[in-house]
Amino acid sequence: MADKLQYEPIIGMEVHAELLTDSKMFCGCSARFGGEPNSRCCPVCLGLPGSLPVINEKAVQYVVRTALALNCQITHQSIFHRKNYFYPDLPKGYQISQYGETPIGQYGWIEITVDGRTKKIAIRRVHLEEDTGKLLHVEGDRSEVDYNRSGVPLMEIVTENPPPTGLDQIQSAEEAREYLVRLRAILTYIGVNDGKLEEGSLRCEPNISLRPVGTVEFGVKTELKNLNSFRAVHKGIDYELARQEKVLRQGGKIVQETRRWDDARGVTAPMRSKEFEQEYRYFPEPDLTPLRFDPEWIEGQREALPELPDQKKRRFVEEFDLPEYDAEILTDSRPMAEFFEETVKLSGDGKAVSNWMMGEFLRLLNATGTEVEQSKLTPPHLTEMLRLVSEGVISVRIAKTVFEEMFNTGKRAADIVRNLGLTQIADESQLLPTVEQVLDENPKVVQDVLDGKDKSFAFLVGQVMRYTKGRANPQLVNQLLRDRLQARSG
Amino acid sequence: MADTNLAALTLREAHELLKTKQVTSRELTEAVLRRIEAVDNKVKAFVSVTSEIALERAEAADRKIASGEPIGPLTGAPIAIKDNMCTRGVLTTCSSKILYNYKPIYDATVVERLADAGAVMVGKTNLDEFAMGSSTENSGFFPTHNPWNLAAAPGGSSGGSTASVAADECLAALGSDTGGSIRQPASFCGVVGLKPTYGRVSRYGLVAFASSLDQIGPVTKDVTDAALLMNVIAGKDPCDSTSLDVPVPDYTKALVPDVKGLRIGVPKEYFGMGTTAEVADSVWQAIELLRSLGAEYRETSMPNTEYGLPTYYIIAPSEASSNLARYDGVRYGLRGKSAPDPVTMFLKTRDEGFGAEVKQRIMIGTYALSAGYYDAYYLKAQKVRTLLRQDFERAFEEFDVLISPTSPTVAFGLGERADDPFAMKLADVCTIPANLAGIPAISIPCGFHNGLPIGLQIMAPGLGEEVALRVAYAFEQNTDYHKRKPTLG
Repeated sequence: MADKLQYEPIIGMEVHAELLTDSKMFCGCSARFGGEPNSRCCPVCLGLPGSLPVINEKAVQYVVRTALALNCQITHQSIFHRKNYFYPDLPKGYQISQYGETPIGQYGWIEITVDGRTKKIAIRRVHLEEDTGKLLHVEGDRSEVDYNRSGVPLMEIVTENPPPTGLDQIQSAEEAREYLVRLRAILTYIGVNDGKLEEGSLRCEPNISLRPVGTVEFGVKTELKNLNSFRAVHKGIDYELARQEKVLRQGGKIVQETRRWDDARGVTAPMRSKEFEQEYRYFPEPDLTPLRFDPEWIEGQREALPELPDQKKRRFVEEFDLPEYDAEILTDSRPMAEFFEETVKLSGDGKAVSNWMMGEFLRLLNATGTEVEQSKLTPPHLTEMLRLVSEGVISVRIAKTVFEEMFNTGKRAADIVRNLGLTQIADESQLLPTVEQVLDENPKVVQDVLDGKDKSFAFLVGQVMRYTKGRANPQLVNQLLRDRLQARSG
Repeated sequence: MADTNLAALTLREAHELLKTKQVTSRELTEAVLRRIEAVDNKVKAFVSVTSEIALERAEAADRKIASGEPIGPLTGAPIAIKDNMCTRGVLTTCSSKILYNYKPIYDATVVERLADAGAVMVGKTNLDEFAMGSSTENSGFFPTHNPWNLAAAPGGSSGGSTASVAADECLAALGSDTGGSIRQPASFCGVVGLKPTYGRVSRYGLVAFASSLDQIGPVTKDVTDAALLMNVIAGKDPCDSTSLDVPVPDYTKALVPDVKGLRIGVPKEYFGMGTTAEVADSVWQAIELLRSLGAEYRETSMPNTEYGLPTYYIIAPSEASSNLARYDGVRYGLRGKSAPDPVTMFLKTRDEGFGAEVKQRIMIGTYALSAGYYDAYYLKAQKVRTLLRQDFERAFEEFDVLISPTSPTVAFGLGERADDPFAMKLADVCTIPANLAGIPAISIPCGFHNGLPIGLQIMAPGLGEEVALRVAYAFEQNTDYHKRKPTLG
């Protein structure tokens, strides 16, 4: 009986994004990543007795813009709360956060498309809080604490399960991954977060549960941590769904707990049990006054939003006649979209730029683990290469070599072509001796061609290309081979 | 001039002598330091005496005076600071073992403002641990004694500040008031104590007890000095989001002995709740005196007054339980010895470092904020707080000020209420409502009983410090209670 039960996944996404403000959430210290331990601290972010927080207006503005980009309502009077718990990396013994019904933004959605199906994923809240310090375990039985990260502005974005009417929830690992991709795109477009999952400036903690299809009540959920890449998000959730299903099918019970994804071993393992709801003793932060937003100011923030990924995607499809899928990939990150648009502006050929980016560029980025913004290849470089191709100076095949060389060295296409002697040979007198040589060396193939085996003709073309290291103009090679074959047969 | 006379000066008197070069700040400061040397073994008002810093600052003030630069009323004046305000490089203990060795790396805004005004800090005064208490007996180090009767409590929690002013161990002091901690000890010690409007004075650098109630204010020998100190410490501070961005008046302009037509409300509830006949008599005599000067008064009712104390004892401990969480032994102060893991270290540190009263309040507050109890306690208390505030709003539609006893009794004996926490807390029953409502209130001496001072409380609407000062000044001009000195016998 139990074996015939079908389960459906319910996935909630809790995303923390460090905001790209210069200073921390409640003091003037630098919010930049790293630095000598405890070099970016003051009485406020160290929680020294008597110190008081002062709200960073830029951080509030960033969260409002994010909330607007996520189609949220802005809470007219938003308040901060204290979340009380003891931990050495938490210098005040509480974290200033936003709890309950008054986060900065509420009730929004993100559109995602998976396998051609579009869903509007419901977002419950977008709120602002401060990050904690970092506990460093040194040798022996000692620990040290670095408070540089303490007080860095952190935005939390949480999905809503079950979703309100008209909106959807995430129900597969691929949807979760796509949700995070689109969310990251939005955050990086509006410039509030750098989107680096690997460095932890964007962190994702999914809540995962299964329920028998047809039932309403949610199953017991587990929370996943340590998902440091999109791949990990996908694999981690898939693993956890399979694990839970196996437990349930064997008649077991899911334990409510936090589990850590082990990327090397490809498994999740329990971190700590959450059977008892943590007692955080939330209450309104008396050291801060409520945030009150003027409707006109909110409209100003809305107008100040840049073109968002979805809008850009639609425009790319229309303006450059790109396939939907290509437009989506090109708009998944702001640096990628900017690279595309800049190159199109210089070269004027959207289709060609898209083809090179979707092909060689993505392949090399992935193979080398490079971010677009770190790439040595620049839009002017790619534009120059496209011109060399269109002017017939190099063949498309050579262009691939040139592209890779540009990508690896950052050199200009023209220099690479000159230095490696890669210019196309389009001069008949230069090619003719090679053509003759190939025909002389392959009498059997020549006979096959003359007997009407067209496949063998391609072999001869290949041989000429080989001798000329791919520099020969293919049309000219074709023409010369046919001319000379005809001459020989006649 | 003899030492005793110099140390007994008010800020205004000292300023006249300094300005006219009849005395130097060094002479004044040395006189005060000698006075501390002579009497503080009996009074025990100070946790630390900062003689070296005081003399340096005094000399700096003297150089300024000698150079002929214009000086402010506080230049060169020896002032004491309650030991819960941060002083850079100088011990700031909150009279708690948990901060027994703590030297802040920054000055509280008020400390900075006093220094900028040329004041000379002579020391840090004793308090009930983390300002929790009404007698200064809860100090983690030693109790302070009432200069009027060394066997009596000075009140609290700013008992060190009020006793030091009463005993002429400084010219004036700063205290902090969360539920009466300036006014009640000012009343017990026969000095002037003002709790300003919430947000009028920056809390930056005041070690937090209950953030929504705490205010720093002056403890002085007369009303004029309270106005002089307010002129320096009041005003918006960008480091305190709850400080009010409202221009600061010259409070000395309010010092006019004129109460003609002034409407005084006398809330009858403030005379119940254990008020002794002697205290009630003195307060009524004071009201009659004000009427004879042209004011009108009428009895009124503030029906929610009785809920002030229970409301306070939910809100203040709740905030305190969170504010005091940072004392965990990780970064500064006491650290529990030989703990195998962080949690044990937290537990040992806090068990060894906090006294019984602080622990009790942390437990009450933790309970009141817990899920399942939050609505019944904390949230309910906040609603009652709104009702209390509305009581005041209604009253101030009819009256310019409200007058009551500061405390229901004169100073009680040291140890007398130590085992009766309810009786101890009752000492603040008249002062707590002003904190909950965020309004200003001043306590001035208005009589004596058995050689112990009685305090008169004048409450005014939010930002109404000036009217409270004016009434207090008019009363003071027509009485001499503020001029009496304890014999320290």
